[in-house]
Order: sequence, then C-alpha cells, then structure tokens
Amino acid sequence: MSDHKPQAKGKKTSLILGGLGIGMFAFGFALVPLYNLVCSISGINGIATAANRSEVVMSQVDTDRLITVEFDSTLNDGLPWKIEKPPAKIKVHPGEMHQISYRATNLSNKAIKVQAIPGITPWQATEYFNKTVCFCFETQTLEAGESREMDLQFVINRDLPEEYKTITLSYTFMNTDRSRI
Amino acid sequence: MSEATIHDDHHDHHDHKPTGIGRWLFSTNHKDIGTMYLIFALVMLFLGGASAMVLRMELFMPGIQIVDPDTYNNLLTNHALIMVFGMVMPAGAGMANWMIPMMIGAPDMALPRLNNLSFWLLPMAGTMLILSMVVSYFPGTGTPVNTGWTLYPPLSVQSGMGMDFLIFTIHILGISSILAAINIVTTIVNMRAPGMTWFKLPLFVWSWLFTGLLLIMIMPVLAGGVTMLLFDRHFGTSFFDAAGGGDPVLFQHLFWFFGHPEVYVLLLPSIGVLGLIIPTFSRKPLFAYKPLVWFMAALTALGMVVWAHHQYTIGMSLNATTYFMIGTILISIPVGMMLMSFIFTMWRGAMTFETPMLFGIAIILMFSFAGVTGVMLAVVPADLQYHDSYFVVAHFHYALIPGSVFGLYAAVFYWLPKWTGHMYNETHGKIFFWWTTLSFNLTFFPQHFSGLAGMPRRIVDYSPQFADFNYLSSVGGMLFGLSHLLFLYIIIKTVKGGEKAPANPWEGSMIGTTGLEWTLSSPPPFHSFSTPPSVK
Repeated sequence: MSDHKPQAKGKKTSLILGGLGIGMFAFGFALVPLYNLVCSISGINGIATAANRSEVVMSQVDTDRLITVEFDSTLNDGLPWKIEKPPAKIKVHPGEMHQISYRATNLSNKAIKVQAIPGITPWQATEYFNKTVCFCFETQTLEAGESREMDLQFVINRDLPEEYKTITLSYTFMNTDRSRI
Repeated sequence: MSEATIHDDHHDHHDHKPTGIGRWLFSTNHKDIGTMYLIFALVMLFLGGASAMVLRMELFMPGIQIVDPDTYNNLLTNHALIMVFGMVMPAGAGMANWMIPMMIGAPDMALPRLNNLSFWLLPMAGTMLILSMVVSYFPGTGTPVNTGWTLYPPLSVQSGMGMDFLIFTIHILGISSILAAINIVTTIVNMRAPGMTWFKLPLFVWSWLFTGLLLIMIMPVLAGGVTMLLFDRHFGTSFFDAAGGGDPVLFQHLFWFFGHPEVYVLLLPSIGVLGLIIPTFSRKPLFAYKPLVWFMAALTALGMVVWAHHQYTIGMSLNATTYFMIGTILISIPVGMMLMSFIFTMWRGAMTFETPMLFGIAIILMFSFAGVTGVMLAVVPADLQYHDSYFVVAHFHYALIPGSVFGLYAAVFYWLPKWTGHMYNETHGKIFFWWTTLSFNLTFFPQHFSGLAGMPRRIVDYSPQFADFNYLSSVGGMLFGLSHLLFLYIIIKTVKGGEKAPANPWEGSMIGTTGLEWTLSSPPPFHSFSTPPSVK
C-alpha cells in the first residue's frame, strides 16, 4: 500500500456509507410513527377507532336506509373471560344513536386487566362508524369472578357510502399482563 | 482486452506472509480473509444442508416420525437463517474479497482491518445461531424458536430464550455484513487502478456495488425490527403488542422491507458471476454490458419498494395491493432483460461446456422457471390461493438455489484454478453438476404440485394425499444433500494438488473485459498490484 491517496478518499466514502447505515437504522424506528400515521389517516386496521373517540354527533336520522351491524368477539390467547355479546346483529338507521352492552365475566381467580381492540369490516367503513362511548377506550379490569356490563354507544355517520349495507364490529380482548409471557 | 503490467518479480522480496494462526486471526489480507469467508460458508452449507435433510426425512411419509413439531419448526428456522446469513451472504462476500481487488487492480481492500473485523464477527454469530437451538433443551428456557425465519410476532414475543440468542445473532450478522458492504463499496469507488473507468468494471464488480448499497440500506432496518422485538420481549414496550397499542403487522413491514431486497442481495453476485462465465465460455463479449448495468440499478431500486407482496393477506387496501402487485410484476422486466442478454451472449458463440458453463446454462433455465412462478405469485387473486403453500416453497427454492447457490458453485469452479493454482478434475465437476441439478429438480419440482393441491408449508405433518410428491421430494433431497460430499471432495482435492493451472486457465476469459485478475499468476502472489497496473 504505497499509495496513500486512495486511503484518504476511502475514509470519506466509508463515512458516508456508515452514515447511510446509521440513518437507515433510525429510519427503521421512524417507521413506527410513520406506520401508525398512515394507518390512522387511511383507517386501516381500525386503529383510528381506538384512538379517535367521536364527539356526540347530533344529526338527522336517515330513515330511508337500514344498515346491518354485526357483533363479533374473540378472546385472545386463552384469556379466561366469558363475553356475552349483544344480539349477533341489529339493524340501524344512519344518524341514529344506539347503545348496547357486552357482559364480561372473569372466570379466573385473579384480577385481569384487558384491552379490547376494535376492528371494522369492511375497513373503508371505519371512519363512518363513530363510537361515543366504548369500553375499548381504556383498559378494563375485572376482579376474580367479577361480572360487569360494558357499554358501547355508537352512531353511523349519514355520509356512509351507499354500497356498505353490512358493517361488522369485532373486538379482540387481550390480556395486558405481559409477565405471563 | 487490455494489458496490465505484472510485477511478479517485484513482489518476491517483500512477499513475506505471516505464519501460524496469527496469519488468519489478525489477517488484513483480502485473499486470506476471502478464503476464511469461503470456508465459513462451506461449513454453514453443510450445517444448513443437514438440517434440511432432517426436515426431508421427517416429511418422507405422513405422520410424525423423527422430530416433534417444535423441533421441526426450529430446524426449518435454522435452515433458512443458516443458508441465507451463514452460507450465501458470506460466500458472496468471500468472493468479493478475493476477486474485486484483483479485478480493479487494487493492492487490497480499502479498509483491511475492518475487513478482519467483519469476518471474525461471523464465527461468533454462527455460534450464537447454533446456541439459539441448543438452549431450548435446557430446562426453564421456554419453547424453541418455532417461528420460521420471518420471526413474526406475537409468536416470536412468546417463544423461549432461544429467540434472544437469535436476535443477537442477527445483530452481529447485521454489523458484519454492513461493515463488509461498506468496505466493498469503498474499495470499488476509491481503489480502482488508473484507467479503470466505471464502464470497464467487470459485471461482478458492478453486481457487488449494488449488493453493497442494498445491504447498507436494509440490514439496519432488520436490526431495528429485531431490537423492537427484544424490547417487546423484555422491557415492556408494545411495538408489536396490540393490547398496548402496537401492531404485529408493523413487524411484517419492517421484516419485508429488509427481506425482499435481501433476495437481490443473494441473487446479484451470482448474476455478476454469470456475466463473466457466459462470455468466457461463449468466447464473445458480454451482450449489452451497459444496459445490463442499468438493469441491475433498476432491479435494485424497484426491489426496495415492493416488499409488501409478501403480505397480501394482511388486509391491505385495494390500492396498496394493486401498487405492490404492479411493482412486483415490473421487476420481471429487468430480470428478464438480464437473462436475455446472457442468451444473446451465447448466440452464435464458440461455446464449450466446462462445469462453470454447464451451471451457467442451467441457472438461466431454472431461474427463468422461478421467474414464471414468481409472476404467478405476484398476482394478488392467485397469491391468496397459493400463499403459505409448498408452491411458494418450490418458487423460492428455484429462485435461490439456481439463482444464487448454483451461481456460487459456478464461481467456485471458475475461480478454483485461480485461487488454488490447480485445475479441478473436469470429469468430477461434470458428475457433480448433473448429480446436483437433477436431484435438485427431483426435490423441488414435485413441490409445485403438492403446493397447488394445497399442502401448507412449515408444518411437520401432512395429509396422506400428498405422500407421493413428498416421497419423491425426500428421495431427491437426500441425493441433493449427498451430492455435496462430491463437491467437498473436489474442492479438497483441488486445494491439495492436481494439474498446475496457468495464470489464465480459460481461453475466453479476457474477451471483452479488462481481465486484470487473469494477468496475475495462479495462485496470485500474497500481495497483488502494489504498483497499480495501467488499464488501457
């Protein structure tokens, strides 16, 4: 290596490339807020509904349309709860406020804190399904053996495009206790 | 076709190699480090192959015979990680180390000490990878790593301590390959001999320029992803835990942002090798060399932005899936152009069929087949049917084994005379070629059918209706695995002795290229080109 010039130039190139590598590492972490941002703008994954609780929307009821709302619930990873759903489906008018409740029972012998994650199918309807009260807005803790009604109040926005006639609201109930892993 | 000045006699008086283990431990010599990379890759090839053979033995007939489901999944995870990170990437880096300084007329790599570090991280990472499997046999360490190489949460958050070993393995491997990539790109940018302009570079050098850039851009993102996984596992964060406001699908995006370009990291060096071998044995200059370089650039750029075609079933919007589908299908254009330019290079050439060329032609045939199944899988409605089936397994093995592994074998046969100074036994080479390609096809061709019929991947057992296809696959798999013993034998025999190789053992190797590496003796002196050759 008699020639020292390329070495000096190599230093600059390798620093640039190293900087690119570190920058991409940062970009990997920047993807977390970016991803959440994209999801909340587009309403994919129902993340918007968990984060954005709607104000009470007082609007005229559109009595010409009837939307079928289906309810679904899943207990994640063997959560020892029992969920009694409201009737599997109800028909509602857009703009009309509805209140229903889920009854949850803790079947285990210790208190469990649960977060319910909502999802709307089709996801395009997510932004039109406005929840004013929901047990999914915060975690729910049930003592051992406790049973409780959990309320949900929603109104479907009148602007819901015509092609959506059925909306499925599904909840996944997840144990927030991480130590069990 | 340029003349380079040879300084062999000039070397003699300071060609003192270090001796003993220090020569290897503290090596800053690109050839020695290249050799160590290649030996490491060869060891990993046998480890990864052994795990694959256990999988094939298990799948020989329906039912659970040899391994339990968790061990099976652990083995298939290790098979993928060993082959991708332990075998193909180090082998590619080893060849880059060996050949690129000689091809561009440089005395060594730009950053020789960094080179030493990036190699010696690998054995540590390899040990950690093996530990990730062993540790689950100790009590209290939880389940084995049973996620597959994609490490999707929530399963990867729940699996046992082996996953932590694996996460640190990926960190070390990532650092190693980023450092190696920085080194190689810096070498190509700064260390070219006078007169070695960009468009005189052999295609292999170009391919590594793009590979290096890809590695620098994608490995950190994977490292970030597995770091988040580590935090979710131990420090109470919720990057991927829905209960805490995270999203497991985010990990899939992070993984495939790395994972799809990774395919080109594995593929491009072999395309570069083909760009040398096909002209050599067709005795014609490479057809459309400059466009080929641009197609490589296009492939690199497109490859970065189509990752979510691995995730069609996660419930993306129609617009997003349409974009990823069209982008993915577009990729077939630059790849198809590369293959076309190899075919046109052969057209009316004075072809001979030595082992590297046989591999070259077989790669073009079989890799095109992977391209066809790739376009099938890119089409969303079809993919919803094929995904997670053995059709996918067949597709990516046709892409990765001919596309990258056979390319590396071709390179080994092409450069063994240069590396060792001895010719390999051509008859043995040809037997190895036919044995390995035929058994490869016997292994993976039937998997297209079992996949189309609905056999899911990554499952230890299968429905008896798939028994015949799996029987064929397993027989092929055993033959394919055993063929590598011949490969090992050929390499050892060539290293130990054999017919003396001249400086340029291939008649056509200088046609249409600068061919600086062939102006050096075989094997080349310990320090090559301490005075830069002049390229005309």
